[in-house]
Amino acid sequence: MTMTGSLDRRAVTAKLLEDRGDLLVVTGLGSPSYDAMAAGDHDLNYYLWAAMGSAATVGFGLAMTQREKPVLVLTGDGEMLMGLGALASIGQKLPPNLTIAVLDNGHYGETGMQTSHTGRDIELARFAEAANFPWTRIVTDMDGVSDLRTRMQSQSGTSFAAIKIAAENLPRALPPRDGVHVKNRFRAALGLSTI
Amino acid sequence: MSGDWSANAHSLFKEHGIKQVAYVPDAGLSGIIKASLADNDIQTVPLTTEEEGIAVAAGAWLGGQKCAVMMQSSGVGNTINMIASLTTTCAFPLFMIVTMRGDYGESNPWQMPMGRAVEPVLEAVGVRCLRADTAEDAADAIQAGLMMSFHGGEAVAVLIGQKLIGAKAFSAPAAQDAAGD
Repeated sequence: MTMTGSLDRRAVTAKLLEDRGDLLVVTGLGSPSYDAMAAGDHDLNYYLWAAMGSAATVGFGLAMTQREKPVLVLTGDGEMLMGLGALASIGQKLPPNLTIAVLDNGHYGETGMQTSHTGRDIELARFAEAANFPWTRIVTDMDGVSDLRTRMQSQSGTSFAAIKIAAENLPRALPPRDGVHVKNRFRAALGLSTI
Repeated sequence: MSGDWSANAHSLFKEHGIKQVAYVPDAGLSGIIKASLADNDIQTVPLTTEEEGIAVAAGAWLGGQKCAVMMQSSGVGNTINMIASLTTTCAFPLFMIVTMRGDYGESNPWQMPMGRAVEPVLEAVGVRCLRADTAEDAADAIQAGLMMSFHGGEAVAVLIGQKLIGAKAFSAPAAQDAAGD
């Protein structure tokens, strides 16, 4: 059985990043990085181009550091599956300003659209629930995306959403691929020096 | 014996403004873990696997804090892609304390290959290794490593040898928990 959603990933991302204010964003490698770029490059976006499985934990370290600002981890189902233990680690600390949004199409889009575990009915939101996240949702419509955005901006508790998007490969919007530059640009936007 | 270097390590963390300590437990690390947990100015982050620590440290640095990552040597094997792809690619500072197994006096053959691999593998992905076999060495190496990482921008691992923390004994059941104390 292969299960996929119907939401447009670019529309979902644009909605989450709308009027973003102080929002800090970490994107998982592949399509989520392109989606964030397509919504508009921003100094406070940290785009991963590799290190699969690290998006949630990079966002976790960031959320524990910048406690006054909302932090969004925007990633894919395959990337989140590779770092499932991170949900347990985050569940011990539950920084209230951290939101993990998984653009879940049930497929590995970057490698030829092979079905992922979530496409075989393994539900990521249930892992987050088991890890004591106070707010977990399976989002299947744009109203749900709006609710998630409101929740994220209010910083009222660690949140996790599996957003059921259509399985499609859209034209890539490539973010800057110099990781040193993106890191230093991000820090500079927070008023921090390079080292 | 390990208590001394652990207390020194904690003082050095304070001196250098370490705000987060991410770790997978090891007997040799128990002193620093305990001191970190008791310190309200340090966030301690227990990990399910060592590679999470590399990413947490990167996230902390992005936001302006220093995070120390601690693990047993066997866990180094779990960190390699994260270090190569994240730390080295993006030139993040990284400070790790690694307590050794498969090292001086080891009697468990299952620990030997990874123990031997720690230094060459870390060096292959761009991490400088500072070896410490006495309490004095450990304090020096931790001080030097903190300077090199958070001021020099390097990735550094301080390797605490079994000569200092002791080899885990398997011959007599009563001695099974002796390592690291």
